Amino acid sequence: MTIQFNDETFRDDYTFRNSDWAIKRFPFPFHEDSYMYSVNMEQHRGGPKGSVYEKRFDVDEHYISEMRDRALVLAEDPLRCQSLPHMTLAGWDLLELIMVSKSEDYPDLFELHRNGDTWRWINKPLGIDDTFTFMDEASLPYGPMEYITRQAQGDYAVLDQRENNLWMDAGMVTTQADWSLDFDIGMNFFEWHAPVPMAHEMGVFKRALKFLLNIQQGSPARRLNWTMTVNPLLDTSPENYHKWGVQKTTLTPENIGRKQHLRDELQTFYRLPRSNALVFPIRCYLIALEDLVTVPKWGRRLHRVIRDLPDELATYKGFIRNRPMILDYLSHYDDGKPTSPGIWPDLDTEPPLQKYVSRFAGNR
Amino acid sequence: MSKFDFPPSIPSRPVYGTLEPRKGTQHLMIADGEGAEALLDLASVAPEIIAQAHVIFIPQGAAALADKLRATGPAILHIGPSYPATVQRIRRVLQDTVMGAQIYLAGTEGLIGQAMNEALQAGIPMEAIQTEHRGSVARRVQCVHCKGITEDVMTDPFICSHCGLNLFVRDHYSRRLAAFQGVCIDAEDPGEVPEPVELYT
Repeated sequence: MTIQFNDETFRDDYTFRNSDWAIKRFPFPFHEDSYMYSVNMEQHRGGPKGSVYEKRFDVDEHYISEMRDRALVLAEDPLRCQSLPHMTLAGWDLLELIMVSKSEDYPDLFELHRNGDTWRWINKPLGIDDTFTFMDEASLPYGPMEYITRQAQGDYAVLDQRENNLWMDAGMVTTQADWSLDFDIGMNFFEWHAPVPMAHEMGVFKRALKFLLNIQQGSPARRLNWTMTVNPLLDTSPENYHKWGVQKTTLTPENIGRKQHLRDELQTFYRLPRSNALVFPIRCYLIALEDLVTVPKWGRRLHRVIRDLPDELATYKGFIRNRPMILDYLSHYDDGKPTSPGIWPDLDTEPPLQKYVSRFAGNR
Repeated sequence: MSKFDFPPSIPSRPVYGTLEPRKGTQHLMIADGEGAEALLDLASVAPEIIAQAHVIFIPQGAAALADKLRATGPAILHIGPSYPATVQRIRRVLQDTVMGAQIYLAGTEGLIGQAMNEALQAGIPMEAIQTEHRGSVARRVQCVHCKGITEDVMTDPFICSHCGLNLFVRDHYSRRLAAFQGVCIDAEDPGEVPEPVELYT
């Protein structure tokens, strides 16, 4: 199918919306009615047709608008894209991976024509038609990592592998869940995850690192992660927290369904061929609660997950102050029915909401 | 009391040891303030190492310690007025290090972090760098918002010396910046800034 690209914003007037298509394919991150940290890795080898797992680098209706938002962030703060000097080769690896994947997976949108080292890249949605020399930085308007990640949704952390560890030595980070590339660049796997509560003690990072160090070329992996964001704001950066933090205080029982979003991250992991680096794309998907609860299974389950989440995690994920209001809203979409295992919406098999209670009932 | 036991913290936060004499082809020692006492302790157990050492000391008011260091007879002793005034010399000396050089860093976290950064950039392996904290527990903090670094932060929260935001001090630490991270404390409740308390109290 041809994608209809939205013209929308992720800031100021927040015109971002998900179509019915985007709602049904939202990568809901909970496979059961509770949540705790786990390594939860699986092979990234496609998935159901139309799902966000199907292609190597998912392109959806938000593509053009997300790339416009990225350009705005970079114009304001170029430090969101950095690459330590030894990471240029990994940048070329990444450029090749994305160009080859997108041109093969979306031939109607992207074309790559290679004639020796002379490459022609056509990106139809963004109106780009560039010819350059592979491995010659002077032939591109930006470094190779920046060039291609200005044309690819999601953040990209490029990790050098040495001393049995992974080092955050390059990245493009403009849609992050409150972490700073500029601060974390150069850190190893345990250092950049240092602020995460509970998971170190559980041994999650040791197991995850062991898994990631062994990822082979041609065998990418994936997992889902999540948080909550008020307004469809992609750039929830620590850099701008003094500007957006106050938006958390604007929720009311009347606007919460529209303003409170579940923020999902589809994280994938690819070994790069020349540099042996690991690239870690972190793709952000946003969905308003009022859209999410149109899938009865997801409404039931999100209520239970948020209700039972340990306070440390709700604090770390930044929604502890709004949790009571979120729960009040979601409780009207949980009729106590059991839910089917797995993340898929199961619209044809899951029962509709049994006893719909107006979401304003509690306030009248 | 110049020694301080830091409470356990997150994995990015540096931990410090106690300087020990090690065999090496060269010995470069960099200290500030009460860090000189760590070098004096080292000299008392290994005078032969001090006799070979290039010592760079930034007294920060502890001038008497400079005299004590001189009395231990280091091969070279340089007294610098401040870290920024001394960093060019540190870089130059690091250029001359050879395989097997040992680096000893002692004093405040700011001095240790910045000098370690220089040593690592000069290609010194981590295993050849020892650290010992002495003296002030003040922190060097980067404002995550404006990127300015405030030296000698003693309270939490504090006011960024560059942009004026009220910042709380995280334990998250960047070796590249040799700084802790400071984040706006009243972003969600503008104007509601708790009374500053001294660090570790």
